Amino acid sequence: MFEAVAFYLFGALTIAMFLIVVSTKNILYSMSALAAGMIFISAFFFLLDAEFLGVVQIVVYTGAVMALYAFGMMFFDSTRDVKENIENPRAVFVLSGMIALLLVLMLGAPIVGANIEASQPTPENMGNAQAVGVVLFTKYLIPFEVAALMLLVAMIAGIILAGKKMDHSLTLMNEEDSNICDREYKKNKKEEQS
Amino acid sequence: MSAYIIETIIKVVVVMLVFSALAGFITYLERKVLAFMQRRLGPMYVGPYGLLQVLADGIKLFTKEDIVPSNANRPIFMIAPVISAATAFIAMAAIPFFPEFDLFGHTVRPIISDINVGLLFVLSVGAIGMYGPLLAGMSSGNKWSLLGAARATVQLLSFEVVSGLAILAPLMVIGSLSLIDINNYQHGGIFDWLVWTQPVAFLLFIIAGYAELNRTPFDLLEHEAEVVAGFATEYSGMRWGMFFIGEYANMITLAFLSALIFFGGFNDLWFIPGGIAILLKVMFFIFLFLWVRAAWPHIRPDQLMWLCWKVLMPIALVNILITGIVVMI
Repeated sequence: MFEAVAFYLFGALTIAMFLIVVSTKNILYSMSALAAGMIFISAFFFLLDAEFLGVVQIVVYTGAVMALYAFGMMFFDSTRDVKENIENPRAVFVLSGMIALLLVLMLGAPIVGANIEASQPTPENMGNAQAVGVVLFTKYLIPFEVAALMLLVAMIAGIILAGKKMDHSLTLMNEEDSNICDREYKKNKKEEQS
Repeated sequence: MSAYIIETIIKVVVVMLVFSALAGFITYLERKVLAFMQRRLGPMYVGPYGLLQVLADGIKLFTKEDIVPSNANRPIFMIAPVISAATAFIAMAAIPFFPEFDLFGHTVRPIISDINVGLLFVLSVGAIGMYGPLLAGMSSGNKWSLLGAARATVQLLSFEVVSGLAILAPLMVIGSLSLIDINNYQHGGIFDWLVWTQPVAFLLFIIAGYAELNRTPFDLLEHEAEVVAGFATEYSGMRWGMFFIGEYANMITLAFLSALIFFGGFNDLWFIPGGIAILLKVMFFIFLFLWVRAAWPHIRPDQLMWLCWKVLMPIALVNILITGIVVMI
């Protein structure tokens, strides 16, 4: 009974939050609602006794990914409404509706057929974190290592792209040295003149 | 089942009431300790030794006018302080405060929810606390607030990395994420405390903790001289008070975490029973917060980032590497 109440409560909350995300015109509302929806999703993991995944859901999606979105959004005016330019609203509605229906059918089919079973059941007397670790380092070792390599490549690329003249202070640099600042400076000057 | 639910609700109410009251009392302690260290008197007029100052401040906060600026994003502006206070108290759900004790023939476990990954839960909910300052700053429609929010994001995200990496080394030694297991690992007296085997991890954890709580050497979020009051510039009355309660509740959480992970938790210490031992340790950590505030000046934002990414994170990684090698041998 307890689980059912919690499941329906969090299900309704999650759907409401994601509905706000897609329907609102204010980016601040949609960002807050997305963050809240991510937290409500973690409740399902807790209900399924997968505490580790639930906590990871909170810390990765809400704590890190959404915070980076928020940091990016600080460069926009978050109080103004966004004007969306949809050419053909009917096509968008039909296409997204069809895709959603297809996804529900695909993911719901094994439940209707009642032939869903764990190919790798969790070993007894093993905690959540240990079970995840065992699976990661046995069955999914190669995807895990490949993902690690890709993250490393992405990190190096990010450092190279962003790290030009990182050891110099932008305020102490003279104009010719810093191309980025230079361009900004000229643009501002032009705007002032016009 | 219903007994369990009632017990949980009672625990939640007790934790909420005790720690909100304590948060108020710590402000009194803070002012007194700071005054003592700076050769002042501190609050003196309201009640004996200014003890009722807390009450006066509370009445002031509750009766102040609640102002929402006209350019602010109203719902988000109003919900931001609630996030700040709520996450601080939700994080306490997985902390075992005291050893088990019997009350009227019923064994009480002073932890609201004993989940398997308690430590991770506390850290991650603490990380969500970042949304308080973040949304406050973005919805206020004020440039100082926005600057404060940007600093909040940068500072908290960066130091989460350090605190996560720092805590990894002791976890590798213990092999469990449950705070009760971590506590039981150190049951053999003072020389079993993890601070002796993991001193570097302890220092990193406490420095990162100070930064995440925006306590004084790192309180760039609401640095008066630079960004007026940071994210809290536009807040007044009880909404500001909720930020305040959240910060002090987080302080208590960090004090309990440090005591549990590194200083033996609620195990008996010589002749001192466990419940009193952990209280003494928590009091010491709270005093340390105030002491640091009196002793250190603010640092600049670029110094903070330098400290985080170029000093603390490499040390944390080396610490993990050495711990890994030692554990493997």
